[in-house]
Amino acid sequence: MAVATLPVRGRGLRNPLTGEHRRERTIIAVLLLAALLYPFFANTITSFTILGFGLPAPTTNNLIVMCYYGVLALGLNIVVGFAGLLDLGYVAFYVFGAYTTAFLASPQFGLHLPWLIVAPIAVAIAAIAGILLGAPTLRLRGDYLAIVTLGFGEIVPQLMRNLDKVNVILPGGTVVIGPNANITGGALGINPVDALTIPLPSFLQDLWKIKELQFSNGNAHASFYLVLGILLLSFFVCRRLRDSRLGRAWMAIREDETAASSMGINTVTSKLLAFSLGASFSGFVGAFVASYQTAVFPESFNFSVSISILIMVILGGMGSLRGVVVGAFALTYVSQTFLPFLGKFVDPPIEALGRATGIGLLTNFTLISLNYLIFGVVLVLMMIFRPEGLLPVAARKAELHGEGIAAEGTFGTTDSVAEAATAYEEAEGEIPPVDVSDESGSDRPGGDA
Amino acid sequence: MTASAQPIGQPAPAGRSDLLLHATKVRKQFGGLLAVNDVDFDIQRGTIVGLIGPNGAGKTTFFNMITGLYAPTSGQIVFDGREITGDKPHEVVHAGVGRTFQNIRLFGNMSVLENVLVGLHHTLRGSWWKTILKTRGLVAEEAEAVDRARKLLSMPELDLLKREHDYARNLPYGDQRRLEIARALATGCKLLLLDEPTAGMNPEETRELTAFVRSLRDRMGLTILLIEHDMRVVMGISERVTVLDHGEKIAEGAPAEVRADVRVIEAYLGRGAAAEGK
Repeated sequence: MAVATLPVRGRGLRNPLTGEHRRERTIIAVLLLAALLYPFFANTITSFTILGFGLPAPTTNNLIVMCYYGVLALGLNIVVGFAGLLDLGYVAFYVFGAYTTAFLASPQFGLHLPWLIVAPIAVAIAAIAGILLGAPTLRLRGDYLAIVTLGFGEIVPQLMRNLDKVNVILPGGTVVIGPNANITGGALGINPVDALTIPLPSFLQDLWKIKELQFSNGNAHASFYLVLGILLLSFFVCRRLRDSRLGRAWMAIREDETAASSMGINTVTSKLLAFSLGASFSGFVGAFVASYQTAVFPESFNFSVSISILIMVILGGMGSLRGVVVGAFALTYVSQTFLPFLGKFVDPPIEALGRATGIGLLTNFTLISLNYLIFGVVLVLMMIFRPEGLLPVAARKAELHGEGIAAEGTFGTTDSVAEAATAYEEAEGEIPPVDVSDESGSDRPGGDA
Repeated sequence: MTASAQPIGQPAPAGRSDLLLHATKVRKQFGGLLAVNDVDFDIQRGTIVGLIGPNGAGKTTFFNMITGLYAPTSGQIVFDGREITGDKPHEVVHAGVGRTFQNIRLFGNMSVLENVLVGLHHTLRGSWWKTILKTRGLVAEEAEAVDRARKLLSMPELDLLKREHDYARNLPYGDQRRLEIARALATGCKLLLLDEPTAGMNPEETRELTAFVRSLRDRMGLTILLIEHDMRVVMGISERVTVLDHGEKIAEGAPAEVRADVRVIEAYLGRGAAAEGK
């Protein structure tokens, strides 16, 4: 029997008793050290090599984008990966975070609250928005939930785009808001937004010859350390949530909502908490990005952002914390560093060809515009060759590669199960033949996107 | 048993403290289909009660009304002196009703231990902010929960501790059934509802499970209601048996009485067979 319990799963199995794995810790420590040192060498490192391929090195600003997409992916992973609720409107909470920051710390309303106060407010507003979106969708499952969240993700950025000439006039003629009150700046957005600055003690002022430390795109080093801190914080918060009573409740709901409620789990509050905690990560990123870019624009919150984050989660491996961060890094690297780099070589000849032949499509060609086409192709390839994601949780890997024996809800006779068990034990750790006949798959929408 | 002499249709008066479950005129209608028709049903504390009937008799529907998955169309269910009619499933669990499912519904992609921990969920208090801060109280609570879960899994009749880190879906069928019972026990229930616990088991496993169910009552003081198709199991361990047919209660009493009841034989074998047997 020991054979059946140990070798197939190994280190991937989450084990609440033994805690973290030492090897994982070492890897994380090394990566972290590399990340901390990277900005100082970012100008000298122009390329790196993986498996014989020379790849362009990301700039520090690229790394910042990678990190905050990592946080967004971690947040969405709570909703999609843990609780199994397919949310296609995740960008909405990002909007709430960013615009809250812009309202409270910009010349728009003349408010200039410090970022350290604004950020918690942005997080809280995003969390409340998560509950407000979650509440009406609680009865919905699968496709229906996806459609409603999709709508929400479209409505919120549209609101921001259009709340620039607001008039609220009571029947008596009293003007409550207006005339033509500009709340969100419309299509132009809000520009500028205060950057996060912290005053420095005098000895550092002398040392660095600056009065205060600014975390904006003008100061990539500082911003990078800030966003890296946010990413690490998010990662550990997610891990604690996953390994808790709450995390188990989410996973139970993902596995079988009816059984979960029949075991004493309040599915309503658990789902709302998933929406709300997931959204709060997004709100935090919104607060960071608004002050980092020192501006917010409605175009930066397209539907494609929701989809990109979802692809990151799926690519990395739903429910796997390391996976979704890797997924976010990989996709952001491709769109921020790799495609622009490759475009420098590919775009000019195609443009020239376009001018020579007179085909307008080629004249305006940029490789970066194929971003989503490439994401799509990657996603399709992943679904064919590695549906569980790059760094999946062991359970999902097993599910999609048929390492299981008795499928859940089996009605089969004891004999057939015993046979399967024997076959399984004989395999002794090799991967037994594929069996994807997971009948309950269809009612687990989030888990099967 | 004197209680078995009680005539059908006259439920015991409400508030009798020897009754753990007291259901009056419970009805469930799905559109034009009357699945359960004004059924009165009592369960005495510390008894094992069997609920039988042909397929489609409304047994599982009745289960689902007790456990809150369906709200009764009319009628009243009182559990342990508290009305639970129309309560949400998790509220019914809090009141003290645990259950298993006819088609096993474990959390397949969670470990055996985690499945039991989910059963303990409502006895734990860790909130999301305590989780994030990982307070000392929370760590202690989790450790204690794991201890309790492992103690449960190590019961000799379950013997699942050696597989605590296996995914539930990878367990053999019999172990899955046992794990479902363990998960229900983890909720700390006073009344355990077992929906066809021996379905798909071989005679040996059935015998073991029957003994286990009896020991749950004898050793842990649980009250048990089971739906079962295996007549030897029902008649062997139940003190009282209730028979449903087409949503109506057609007989109730000690196993021997029920077995001899003409309406029961008719329901199972048809009128002709019942007449022949006479």
